[in-house]
Amino acid sequence: MTEVIKPGFYTTIQDLGRLGYGAHGVPVSGSMDMYSAKFANLLLGNTEEAAVLEITIIGPTLKFLSPTTIAIVGAPMRPKLNGIAINNNQPLALKSNDILSFGPSVNGARCYIAIKGGFNTPLVLGSRSFYEGITEFPKINKGEIIPYLSIDKELAKKNASLKYDETVLTTKFLNVSFGPEYHLLSRSQQDEIWSSQFVVSKFNNRMAYQLENLIDNDAKNIITAPVLPGTVQLTPSGQLIVLMRDAQTTGGYPRILQLTDKSINALSQKTVGNYIKFRRIA
Amino acid sequence: MYYDLSFYRYNERSILISWPEKINENILNDILNFKKTISEKSIKQIVDIIHAYSSILIIYKHTIDNFNDEYFKLKELYMASQSSVVLKKTTWEIPVCYDLEFGVDLKFICNLINLSPYDVIRIHSAPVYTVYFLGFLPGFPYLGGLDSRLFLERKSEPKLNVAKGSVAIGANQTGIYPQDSPGGWHIIGKTPIDLFTPKRKPLTFIDAGDKIRFVPISIKEFYKIDALVKSSDYILKPIQSHD
Repeated sequence: MTEVIKPGFYTTIQDLGRLGYGAHGVPVSGSMDMYSAKFANLLLGNTEEAAVLEITIIGPTLKFLSPTTIAIVGAPMRPKLNGIAINNNQPLALKSNDILSFGPSVNGARCYIAIKGGFNTPLVLGSRSFYEGITEFPKINKGEIIPYLSIDKELAKKNASLKYDETVLTTKFLNVSFGPEYHLLSRSQQDEIWSSQFVVSKFNNRMAYQLENLIDNDAKNIITAPVLPGTVQLTPSGQLIVLMRDAQTTGGYPRILQLTDKSINALSQKTVGNYIKFRRIA
Repeated sequence: MYYDLSFYRYNERSILISWPEKINENILNDILNFKKTISEKSIKQIVDIIHAYSSILIIYKHTIDNFNDEYFKLKELYMASQSSVVLKKTTWEIPVCYDLEFGVDLKFICNLINLSPYDVIRIHSAPVYTVYFLGFLPGFPYLGGLDSRLFLERKSEPKLNVAKGSVAIGANQTGIYPQDSPGGWHIIGKTPIDLFTPKRKPLTFIDAGDKIRFVPISIKEFYKIDALVKSSDYILKPIQSHD
């Protein structure tokens, strides 16, 4: 089990998300940067479904109460084990009462802790992903005990051929296809979207990223229609909203672009003030 | 009748199917019939189907390699679906307390549209509403059938905390907030009924295609029902199943 000494800024349990409940208005959720979360599980020989801890901007301080093995993948946040610096992207064997802590994020917004066998919080509707109103808590709290399976066996040597692709942290390009309402845009609006550098605003979270730049817009809302993580909406005031993993299932703003799965991962690593640029995929 | 549908590749793993852009019960019925046909086929690759007023989004487990193949399959399924069949649905009576304590925007909108609270309550609780779909939040029903005298543009600034159970008006729609959340609709009352219960089945007793009536209750009745709901002793019974 893990004891939460400090919860960090916004730490949650995530997995592949909750599929099949969209008709009830239930969001998909799941790890924001699915690539890094899956990579962390892969390093430990876990299945993709194993639940991980998602850390945002400021990491938690955790005490592991029994031996286990973990892997830290994603934004480099200066992780330390019992006060000594450790590296991302490799399995780390832990002893009872080891303390894991983090410094501020160097580059990127989110980092994942995978644990051998996965974190073992309750499954709700087929997923452990935290979401307000569905799981008991929306994020982890100080003093909380998070269960995991304890192991006493040494892991097989790590697979040397696994290489973490850092572009998820560094790229500013988001690959997009046209959304169903792209055709409603004027020529100059289209030009603006492809030529501008957009800035991530302070309103960015697991539900959506709002971008700072405003686009001249007098387009009306649409009749409420389905949306997905990665859908880019244009509001009547000209703001772009990129829906993320905890997005609602339906929306009434024109859906002008759609991010690829990979680009949702990349945007998850951005934070306030970061630049992004849209790039059309064939 | 069959509608002229458009098929659109929404992303790597999903296809959007659109009907004419209208809020209309025939379209709703056609959508629900098509959805039922797809679900009954239990196509393994399909992991979720989300619908709204005039479209369906079909989400696949893996990347769709050949969009045209899927398009023809879905089109065939649509032609095979029994669009003329009206699905059997349920009518629910939802108790709502329109007291100013809960209907926090009631005074404001009475001034705006020049009606007394009594009139607003009477007009809002008169129609039988149609549930078009659940969206926005888990269990949030989008209801059509609002009296045009109560059409109100959404607030320009959403309220940060709308209480769970709040009954509200947004443009030509009315709905119920199933949990505390931010929201831009005008709040006129509150129901003690739980709309979304993640630990119980069904998750949402209200289904797309169902009918809803709002029954005004006093604040005393509200707290009585609220206590029963909290101790799980309250079961909302459907009024009727209509064909």
